[in-house]
Amino acid sequence: MTTPTSAAGNVLELVGVSKQFPGVRALESVDFGVRPGEVHALVGENGAGKSTLIKVATGVYTADSGQVRYQDSPVSFASPLEAQHAGISTIYQEVNLVPLMSAARNLYLGREPRRFGLIDVAKMRADARRALKRYGIDINVSRPLRSLGLGVQQMVAIARAVDIDARVVIMDEPTSSLEQREAETLFRVIAQLRESGIGIVYVSHRLDELYRICDRVTVMRDGKVVHVGDMADVDRLKLVSLMLGRDASEVRRSGATAFGDTRSTPSGSDTPVLHASGLTARHQLEDVSFAVRPGEVMGLGGLLGAGRSETAKAVVGALHTDSGSVEIEGKRIRRNSPAAAIKAGAVMLPEDRKLEGIVPNLSVRENIVLAALPRISRGGLVTRAKQDEIVSYFMKRLNIKASSPEQKVSELSGGNQQKVLLARWLCLNPKVLLLDEPTRGIDVGAKAEVQSVIDELAGNGLGVVLISSELEELIEGSDRIVVLRDGAIVDELKGDDVSEDKLMDALAAAPSTDGAEGAEGSIDG
Amino acid sequence: MAEVAAPASTFDRDRVLALLQDYGVYAAIVVLFVIDTALQSSFASLANLRVQLFQAVPIVLVALGMALVIGTAGIDLSVGAVIALTSAVIPLYLGYGVWLAIVMSLVGGAISGLIGGSLVAFLKVQPIIATLALMIGLRGLAVIMNGATAKPVDDPTLNALGIDSWLGLPEMAWIAAGLVVVVAFVIRRTTVGRQLVAVGDNAAASSLAGLPVRRILLMVYVLSGVFSAFAGVLLVGHGAYADPANYGLNYELSAITAVVVGGTPLSGGRIRVVGTVAGALFMQLITATLIQHNVRASYEQMVEAAIIVAAVYAARGRSGR
Amino acid sequence: MTDVVSKPVSDRVGELADPLAESPRERALAILQQQGGLAALVIVFVCACLFSQGFASSGNFQSIAVGNAYIALLALAQTFVIITGGIDLSVGSMFALGGVLAAWGMNHGGSAVAILLPLVVCGVIGAVQGLLIARARLAPFIVTLAGMLFARGLLQAMTDEGTKTYLVPRHAFFAALGDGTWRPVLTTIVLFLLGALLLQRSSFGQALFAIGGSENAALLMGLPIVRTKTLVYTLSALVAGCAGMLNASRLQSGVTNIGVGYELTAIAAVVIGGTLLTGGAGSVLGTAAGVVLLAVIQNLIGVHLSQYGSSASDLVNGAFLAVVVLLQTVLTRRRRLQ
Repeated sequence: MTTPTSAAGNVLELVGVSKQFPGVRALESVDFGVRPGEVHALVGENGAGKSTLIKVATGVYTADSGQVRYQDSPVSFASPLEAQHAGISTIYQEVNLVPLMSAARNLYLGREPRRFGLIDVAKMRADARRALKRYGIDINVSRPLRSLGLGVQQMVAIARAVDIDARVVIMDEPTSSLEQREAETLFRVIAQLRESGIGIVYVSHRLDELYRICDRVTVMRDGKVVHVGDMADVDRLKLVSLMLGRDASEVRRSGATAFGDTRSTPSGSDTPVLHASGLTARHQLEDVSFAVRPGEVMGLGGLLGAGRSETAKAVVGALHTDSGSVEIEGKRIRRNSPAAAIKAGAVMLPEDRKLEGIVPNLSVRENIVLAALPRISRGGLVTRAKQDEIVSYFMKRLNIKASSPEQKVSELSGGNQQKVLLARWLCLNPKVLLLDEPTRGIDVGAKAEVQSVIDELAGNGLGVVLISSELEELIEGSDRIVVLRDGAIVDELKGDDVSEDKLMDALAAAPSTDGAEGAEGSIDG
Repeated sequence: MAEVAAPASTFDRDRVLALLQDYGVYAAIVVLFVIDTALQSSFASLANLRVQLFQAVPIVLVALGMALVIGTAGIDLSVGAVIALTSAVIPLYLGYGVWLAIVMSLVGGAISGLIGGSLVAFLKVQPIIATLALMIGLRGLAVIMNGATAKPVDDPTLNALGIDSWLGLPEMAWIAAGLVVVVAFVIRRTTVGRQLVAVGDNAAASSLAGLPVRRILLMVYVLSGVFSAFAGVLLVGHGAYADPANYGLNYELSAITAVVVGGTPLSGGRIRVVGTVAGALFMQLITATLIQHNVRASYEQMVEAAIIVAAVYAARGRSGR
Repeated sequence: MTDVVSKPVSDRVGELADPLAESPRERALAILQQQGGLAALVIVFVCACLFSQGFASSGNFQSIAVGNAYIALLALAQTFVIITGGIDLSVGSMFALGGVLAAWGMNHGGSAVAILLPLVVCGVIGAVQGLLIARARLAPFIVTLAGMLFARGLLQAMTDEGTKTYLVPRHAFFAALGDGTWRPVLTTIVLFLLGALLLQRSSFGQALFAIGGSENAALLMGLPIVRTKTLVYTLSALVAGCAGMLNASRLQSGVTNIGVGYELTAIAAVVIGGTLLTGGAGSVLGTAAGVVLLAVIQNLIGVHLSQYGSSASDLVNGAFLAVVVLLQTVLTRRRRLQ
């Protein structure tokens, strides 16, 4: 197979591509290229610009400036479909096939083999069987796709892509919901595609995988490419430091956050205010146990997809767990529901403000008192006096900027929305506060305010669990950091170990035992 | 997440659209009323007003329940069938006293709502599908209970409820007005009312905030069933006969129209109670206007269909879905 | 890298099938959902033959077949719509409108007009509905409810508010079109076979399944979504109008008050036949079984519970629908959890 390539040998390349969204620069003159027959890792933390890059390459977005070049000529795809026809296919983590249709029909949807004007079902099945067998997959192609397991579904998607003559296959987190042995098959197929000269862009957060199957790597951060090179030339620590932006060469800025330097060590009782034990959820969490004392800020560290948000959600009953228990001040929460957790005194600031946080069409006032409403109303009647008191107190204390308490919350800036949500929880007088990326996407001023509030709350004896992708925030904000990987706790940093170096080491560490063995054994359990 | 601020230019257009959707129905009512009165002065008479209200009140009641359901981003197609059920239940219990008959009708509506609501709240069946099954089954049940032919219903209390007036307006209009005030109060001033709106606006956030999402969903379908049943009671009283095969036909459509015309979006999260009443009155006014100009019922039906589509189309532009 | 490539391929055969995806109990439930209509039909049929006097006679079979042949077509078209995840509540009115248009056309132009007019008018109304649903993205149930009202209004307007009935002259070519016993039955069987072929063996049919199964996936695979959806509502109205037209030929008049609630019977038949109300799966054969099952039950009710008329079958329809929908929900929900 000969594919025209550019001077650099790339089959698909982006040259100086920039993309701006209102208020945010998603890509800043990015260069990226994938060669035929290579597996190219594309890595970076949330918001680094990976998905924007993929979307520009596949015609979901058009670049503001710069060029997308495919097979040595500039292209501008109007839709993913057009890119697909040209030979660039994307395999998403949520398999984009029709689950109720058979594997064979999915493979040939929209391009079915015909005979006398009608679809030739026998030929279609035979072709499908043959196409899948090439990758070592022998299944009943007439069965509905959804009965076949995610791994096979992904293979069908890949087989379809290759069958419509793909030259470039982009895989977005393909292993995130696969079992270990399914992932093995995927790696084998990727190797096969590579042999046949297809360029593969591989997006994943699992370092083990990257080192195992990728030839080269492009690291992105804040919309820019910060590193391109052979996979073998960067070690784990270097890779993680590149992703998180903590280059050794970079000037160390200590105390850049609004967190106080020292917090008086949690005093008083040693009884934990929050005790989670054995939280397990299929594919998401694996026997996660920890305890938080009053006045302590426990950080949850880990790369994207490590199970940090899932842990927080499991604690407040927003994630269905298969086993495990949560105790607040020694009392076990009986029902696995947010209402029960709130009643017990555990509340969570969700990561996705728009989707899980604000109630957009209600006012600032109503958003603040939403959870507290039953407590401050008498006989089911909403009493305004009490409400106004709470709302004005928190608007002042958290410095919420709104034209009035009656302004629609969706009209507020991100930072103020976040403060409204914080107020929603604080007016409940919680005992445990779980914060999932509390300062993401909010402006610097609001960020500092939120951080100092967290400090103050801990000082008042609250147990706080802090999740943050910002290393600085996590380290300066936490007294102790529990590190997660693949849904399980792998390390814990205490005292002087709460430092960037140690955290980075922990994040980059290879699995202590044979990863495959461990994962397989645990999933069965 | 990027903070996306709405550009200033489209903001004004949105504002105009929003105003139109919120208050357009009141303006339309005034305009239609003025035109009708100008063309025929008797239109504004108390007698005519009374006639119009007798027609409109049952739809107002059904629409009131529908507005609650739509506020949670649901829909209730079973309302017409519940009316049919009521007209079958009343003759069944009338022998034991009129009040028992009325109570049993309301219970029937509540049970129907309980079934639909359970499907939606606990089994996560799509609202349209859950209530469609009820829509088909209940009418059949009603006709079986009643027999194939319409039965006369002769009860002084019931008929009085259906045709008597007080201070010049139908008694049922006063009752409906009272219920409207209660519902509006509940929506605006009670915990459960505010929670209902929050659930419709963002169910995921409401659940995370510890709101009893399932209980609220169950409640709105039960209320919708009860309101529809009460509308059925009034219809039976007004007509003085029970005809399950024909009572309540197309009421689901009239009620949805009233709700949407009144400014409540089908996507939930916002309930305009007074607007819903205005929506029902507006549709009645359209009918009255067309009849006044000797437009035949068939054309009126076609106009109504067009208004429904137009209202839903207009509401779509704003909710951005 | 190399260790991955060198792994033998052949020994991995079949290992990837998710062991939890289909337990025997689940498979049994799935089969019940897909073939339950047929099974119920067989049981009801056998019982009726054994216990209901006069049921198992050729005369009775003939009357069941002729009486339901054209109504069955509504279910056929509804199958297509429901497979896309939509719903068409206007078919009952379209059926009536088709009949009135045909009879009116017979009186105002002749057989050709009688045949073409219903197809054109109903097709246009269906296309408008389809565009509103596919292009403007309005909810199907609202659009088709409005369509139901509109079609009913139109036919009332044509018949002096339903008081005037146009008759079809006995000797016209049009009158022979849907007359007799075998013509309606054969027409329906042929149309069902064509429908099955369209669904299983054409790109249009595949697109219907794909849109109902996952509209997003269908979009990414390049299927023409707007066109397909518009077409399916056009087709539904067209078939309903055609059925009404054939029915008018059989009855030799354009009956005005016919068709009320037929949409619900049609939906019930489709769902009993194993088509998912949420879209993405279904079959014409299943619908045929659903139609016949409901027809047989209606016939039995007519004999044994004649005092209740057609309403008892409404109750049965609703109950069936509720049970099947519950079954479908439980099934799909369990699948999603995995």
